[in-house]
This record gives sequence, C-alpha cells and structure tokens, in this order.
Amino acid sequence: MTTPLLEVQDLTIAFPTPGGGSAEVVSELGFALPPGGSLGIVGESGSGKSMTSLAVMGLLPKGARLAGRIRLAGEDIAGLPDRRMRAIRGDRIAMVFQDPLSSLNPYYAVGFQIEEAYRAHRPRATRREARRVAVEAMERVHIPDAARRAGHYPHQFSGGMRQRVMIAIALSTEPDLLIADEPTTALDVTVQAQILALLREIRRDTGTGLVLITHDLAVVSEMVDDVVVMRAGRCVEHAPVARLFSDPQHAYTRALLDAVPRLDDEVGELRTVRAAAPDTPREGER
Amino acid sequence: MTDTAPLLTARGLVREFTLRGRAGAFGRRPVLRAVDGVDLDLYPGETLALVGESGSGKSTTARLAARLLDTSAGTVEFEGEDVTRRTGAALHRFRSGVQVVFQDPYSSLNPRHTVERIVTAPLTYQGREVPGGARAFTRALLERVGLDPDHSTRYPAQFSGGQAQRIGIARALAVGPKVVICDEAVSALDVSVQAQVINLLRRLQREEGLSYLFIAHDLAVVRQLADRVAVMHQGKVVESGDRDAVFGAPEHEYTRTLLAAVPRIRPEWEAARRARQREREATA
Amino acid sequence: MARYLLARLSGVVLILVLVCLFTFTVFFVLSPDPAVQICGKNCNPELIERIRGNLGLDEPLFTQFTTFLGGLFAGRAYGTGEGAVECAAPCLGYSFQSSQPVWEMITERLPVTVTVAVGAAVLWLLAGVVGGLVGALRQGTWWDRGAMVIALSGLSIPNYVFALVLQYVLVVELEWLPFPQAVTLADDPALWFQSYLMPWIVLAFAYASVYARLTRANVIDTLEENFVRTARAKGLPRGQVIRRHALRPALTPVATIFGMDFAGLLGGALITEKVFGINGVGKMTADAIGRNDQPVIMGVTLLAAAFVVVGNVVVDLVYTALDPRVRLTVA
Repeated sequence: MTTPLLEVQDLTIAFPTPGGGSAEVVSELGFALPPGGSLGIVGESGSGKSMTSLAVMGLLPKGARLAGRIRLAGEDIAGLPDRRMRAIRGDRIAMVFQDPLSSLNPYYAVGFQIEEAYRAHRPRATRREARRVAVEAMERVHIPDAARRAGHYPHQFSGGMRQRVMIAIALSTEPDLLIADEPTTALDVTVQAQILALLREIRRDTGTGLVLITHDLAVVSEMVDDVVVMRAGRCVEHAPVARLFSDPQHAYTRALLDAVPRLDDEVGELRTVRAAAPDTPREGER
Repeated sequence: MTDTAPLLTARGLVREFTLRGRAGAFGRRPVLRAVDGVDLDLYPGETLALVGESGSGKSTTARLAARLLDTSAGTVEFEGEDVTRRTGAALHRFRSGVQVVFQDPYSSLNPRHTVERIVTAPLTYQGREVPGGARAFTRALLERVGLDPDHSTRYPAQFSGGQAQRIGIARALAVGPKVVICDEAVSALDVSVQAQVINLLRRLQREEGLSYLFIAHDLAVVRQLADRVAVMHQGKVVESGDRDAVFGAPEHEYTRTLLAAVPRIRPEWEAARRARQREREATA
Repeated sequence: MARYLLARLSGVVLILVLVCLFTFTVFFVLSPDPAVQICGKNCNPELIERIRGNLGLDEPLFTQFTTFLGGLFAGRAYGTGEGAVECAAPCLGYSFQSSQPVWEMITERLPVTVTVAVGAAVLWLLAGVVGGLVGALRQGTWWDRGAMVIALSGLSIPNYVFALVLQYVLVVELEWLPFPQAVTLADDPALWFQSYLMPWIVLAFAYASVYARLTRANVIDTLEENFVRTARAKGLPRGQVIRRHALRPALTPVATIFGMDFAGLLGGALITEKVFGINGVGKMTADAIGRNDQPVIMGVTLLAAAFVVVGNVVVDLVYTALDPRVRLTVA
C-alpha cells in the first residue's frame, strides 16, 4: 500500500462565536487521495467544502481553530507555521479558485503573475527563465499567442481565458496536488466544458492529483474517481464515483440526486430535499 | 396556443449601450448592440424561456420587455396595447400586469424593511389600496408562496436564500400580475432549494394561470419549466420553438454546442439508481 | 492618447476662461470701487471719475473682461499719459496699493510657498501611509488605536491652534527651534530647515490624518480581495503579498487625492504662512484680504484655480499610468 498523496483525518474546523462559544464548520472529516488520484467534494453552500480546501492550503481565515491531521505524502501539515506552509503552498499544492477575474490582480500583467508563482519557489531562477516557464505554462493551458498575451492584463482576457491563466499559475511549479474550488461555477456552460476538458488533459499528462470542490453533481460525476458528499460540515457519504451515482446509500445523497434538474429527464415535479436540506437563514451562515 | 392572442409581445427589440471609456473630443464612442432585433410572443398561461450565455443579451431583453430599460428601437405590447413609451400612471398600469423576480433575492429586497412593507410596496407606489389591510394581505400572500404567515414582520436577513426568493415572488404577485418575468430567479440557489422554488413557480402557474418569461443560463432548469424556448446568442434569437423540439432536435449549430456542453451524469448510472429506487419504493 | 490629451487640454482652457469670467464678475460686482481706494485723501467725485475713465472702469463689464484677458496674454497698461503703469504679460492685474503687478508679487513669493508645500507633502505622505499601513496590518491592536487617535486629533484640532501651541512649546518653552527666519537653503541650510520645520509639521498633520485613515481603510479592503488570497496561495512571502498585491491597489486612490491636495496648497497656505510669518503666497493673500487689495486677491484666486485644474489633469494622467484597466481604455 503506497502512502496517500493527501490524507485527511478527523479534521475539525471551528470558529469562535460572539457569545464566547464556537461553531464547527467542519467536523471529523476524513478522506484519502492516492498519488495521481482524483477526489470530488460535493455539497451545498455552508457544507464546509471550501473551508476544507482552505485548511489543506493553510489559508483558513484568522481565528479558525483546526484539529485533526492533514498529511501530505505522509507528513502532517495541519497547523504548520506559516513560514513552513509557504514552502508547500503553491509548490506542492496549488489551488484554482472560483472567480478568475477577482482572483487575478488587475494591476499586473498575467505573465508576471505566473512568473511570481514560479519564482516564489525557485529563488535562483532568473527573470528570463521564469518568463519562459510562464509562457510555457500558458501554452500548456492553450492560451493562443502565449508569448504576446503574457504581457496583457487580466481584464483583457475573457472569463475562460482568465481561468486558464489561473490554472497556468497553479501548473507553473508542477505541483503534486491541484485543488480546484468551484473552478467553473462562474463560467458559461460552453466555457465550463472547455475548462473541464483542460483539467482532464492536465491530469492525464502530468499525473497531478486533483481535489475538485463543487456544488454540481454532474460536473463531479464527469471528473473524479472518488466522491465525498458533505452536509453541514460532515461527510455523509464517501464512495467511488460509479457507486455513488448508481447506488447512493445515504438519504441525503439520494435526495440531492433527485433534486438536480436534468436535460434528458422526463419533466415532472422535482423531488425536493425536504428535511435534509440545511436551508438555514443567512444570519446563521457565517 | 396560437389561437389565442399573446399577452406580451415584443417586435424588433434593439438596445444599444454606449461603451464606457473616453473617446477623443471629436471621436464617437463605441456602441455595443446588446439586443439586436428580438421578437417575442408570450401567450397566457405558458412559460417562455430565454436561454443563452453571458453577454447573449437575454437579461437586457428581459429588462426591455419589463420596461425597466428603454428600447433603442422596437416595440413592446401588452394585451394588444403599445406600452413602449408609457410613463407615469400608464406605466403603473402596465406594471400591475407585468412583474419581475430578480436573481439575487437579498440585494433586491430592502434589508431595512419588513416583509409586510416589501410586499405591499408595489401597491403603495402605484397608489392602490391594499385589499383587506396590509397585515391580512401579507399573510395571504406569504401562504401562497409557501412561507409562514407569522413571519410578515421579519426582515430579509432573517430568511434563507430560498425563503428570500419566495418573498421576491410574493412581492411580484402582490399587484396581481398576469406576466412574471423571472430573471435568473433560481440561479443563485442551492440545488435542493432551487427544486423547491421551481416547484412553487409551477404550482402558481397551474393554480393561477400566470405566464412566465423565464430567463436562465441553466438548460436543465429550463427544460423542467419551459413550454417554449428561445435561444439567444450575440443579441439575436438564433432558434426558438417548442421545448421538446429545441432540446430534442436542435436546428441551430449554436444550440447544439450549448446542449453538448452541459455536463451529464452517465445514463447507465442514472438507470441503475432509478431501478434501485423503484425497488425500494416497491418494497416499502 | 494624443487625441485624449488634446481633448483634456481644451477642456482645461475652457474651464480656466470660465473661472476667470466668474471671478472677474464676482469682484466687479462685490468689491469696493478701486478708484475710490486709489483716490486717497484729497478725494473728490471729479477725481474719482477721472481715475475711473483712466483705468477703463467706466467701460461695460464685458469690455473690461476682454481687456483683462488681453492683458493676460499680451500685457497691458493701466491708464494713459503720464500716470500710466505698465503691466507686462502675463498680467494678472495691478496692485495700486503695492504699486506692483500682481504676477510679480506672486512669482516673488511662490518659491517660498512651494517649499512649504513640498516639505509638508513629503512629511504627510510618509506619516499618513506608514500610519495607515501600521493600522491596517496591526488592526485592533494598540498600534492601530494609537495611530487612529492621533489621526483623529489631527482632523479635529484647528491648525492655527496647533501652530500656536507648537510654536510656544518648541520655540518659547523648550527653545529647540529658533523663530522662523526668511533664509534660503543656500544661505544657511540648518537655519532654513529649522525655520520651515514647524510649518511643515503643522500643514502635514491635518493631511496626514486624512491619508492615514484612507490608507488604513484601503489596505484593509484590499487584503480581503481574492487576488490577495491567490498571492498567498502561490506561497509568496508575506512582505511581497503586502507590498505588491495589497499596497499598490490600496495606494492608487491615495495618489490621486494627493495630486489635488498638493495643487491646492500651491495656491498658498493662508493660515500657516500667516501664523509663522512666512512670506509666501498665502501670507500675501491673507494680508491682501486684510487691506482689501482686490487685484491681488483676484490674481491669487485665478492662480489657485489654475493649479487645481491643471493638477486634476496631471492626476488623471498619473492614474492612467498606475491602473492598467484605465490605461487601456484610454489608449
């Protein structure tokens, strides 16, 4: 049995509440990802899926309390001091976020923003070498005319191209693990299809492990080997993708699958996730 | 459906926007034609969906049809009368017939007003009396959209996303409209909540004969709700027709691309899951 | 870009002409008859009429205005015959009280005012940005609170009070500084610095307070931006995250208001110059107001307006250079 690339055990994340207590947003979560494997984390808003990814990156908001273990290739990285986490972040684990426009700095050319990621982990790299890597990364994510486009600013790109730039940033350091948090949610459906195809292609070519966080069951069904279904901070079901979609065990998973409108379904009353849906008031969400 | 007259008609809708950014002292500013000659007919009791990607002009079209935005060219007719240039009291009369539900329930509800004030506001603005008094009226309205009538003194922040969207729907219904324009009205909601709101819209249509102009980018949602579909691309309607025709046998290249891009759960998994579900229900 | 500049510059000219017209009209309507002032002790109505005719004050408003504009570009003479005075271009008016063209009076004093403004600007930028940054990065700590309390006092204490207190403490009580003297940098650098230090501090204090609060708010907002999270996700050191990704976007708006504030100061810091007896444009204006020397007041008003209008254009140009999103829509 090989060491998992990423192993999360008993992960619990809590935030202090104004009353002096604390609220758990993730509770006793556990999963493992083999090297080069892919895992989807699905859930509705407030399920704790994004907090999980930020915990792995060591980017939890101030005040968050974390318990449990996060092992990267056997080494526990949960709660590492920021200085040591920095060496891992962006180098061995890279992350792609939901909204590519706001995730890129409008003040710098995209080429520079890719170079910066590379040079953060290759201190002896020259600017020229970093530029070469940046252009190569842009070519790898199929941005046409990469050498010229590297000098352009984020607002000069379309939404899909911006997300390609974000992926190029992540790829520039050849990470072992790529975390994609709702990478296509802000994109149009045709662009989404292109970005998903790109992610598949990258996995095939580089063998990078993938953790895909999404609310979209159909997307996850097309992208990963294993799926974790989260609800209110807990894992309700963890299964290989084929089994999860053909034989869901947990009532919540079934209810979720029933609620998804489909293109090629007979039209009828949508089953709703009655008691199972944590449709909590907004005030309680944070 | 063609034997009755359409409720809401749009002919040759055009909307141009002057792009931001300064042109020179004598230069003309560049103009974007967001909507470029769109024709629509919405019949009583039906749902017409307007689908397309961002920048296709579908939301602008909705706003033109709702008279929230003035047309650059073209006409909007409601119940056979031209309402394109209506203002003042005449526009109010139009608004009593055509209402809008927006995408983000929170930002379209005033956070400092109670539900009662929010849902009676359209009547107040139009200078109409609230039938049966504000409290009773609000309670009845909340019940219609599946909310607890006792919550009429609460504020929007005290509701979940799905509940807030129901308040948005209640506000639209307050004036007794015949047409509700839903501008991405379920797009911001979680799957399970989305299903509830879709079911609510369906029930309201069934029980009260509302007509919907339903703007959405999510084709699967549209498939569940629409009777007819118009596909928009770059400001134009590239294909329109009955839902099953558009989804089953799309004629335009763009419609085919759009449909092909929708992610799907594998049919064999779906079939297996359904078979097991039927088994379970049979034994239960 | 060239076309954009041309458009902006023609706008500037138009605004300046309008400002001239407005100022001219206001002074024409409101101010006491200059002829009466010139007339002196042995005045009689006949003499006043003569002066009025001589200066063209009996002409209609519009004629006087065009004469004034002509003087700006080509120079003019006041009066005719023996008593006539020359006012070379650019003629902003003539102070009969000081027997000097206004332009000359201003240019003599402008270097002093520029010195006051530049020194204060350096101080307030440093203090404001550093204070705001400390406040933002140490949010909620005593550092933050301290900086913000100082900033608040800078905003609430009138600067003439602060100037008098400072002068009393530093010069009279502690004797750390000499009374401000009119020396140039070349004559005695040490005394020059000591003389200007208090005006710089007094002027900078109020501005620094505004800048500290603005910087703090902007940095706090920017640190919440998604692109800052991206920068951290890349594994960049904290210093780089802050300098590159938080500070630059946060300071761009600061740079733009700085341009306006600085341009405004070039028109003279009336109170500060007056309190410290610095012979700059500000003190000259304060004195002119005191003795109702109308041409001087009007000349300074026009000049200050010109600084602000031109400063506005410079700010826009700097902004285009700083923010690529604007740069490319203009080009």
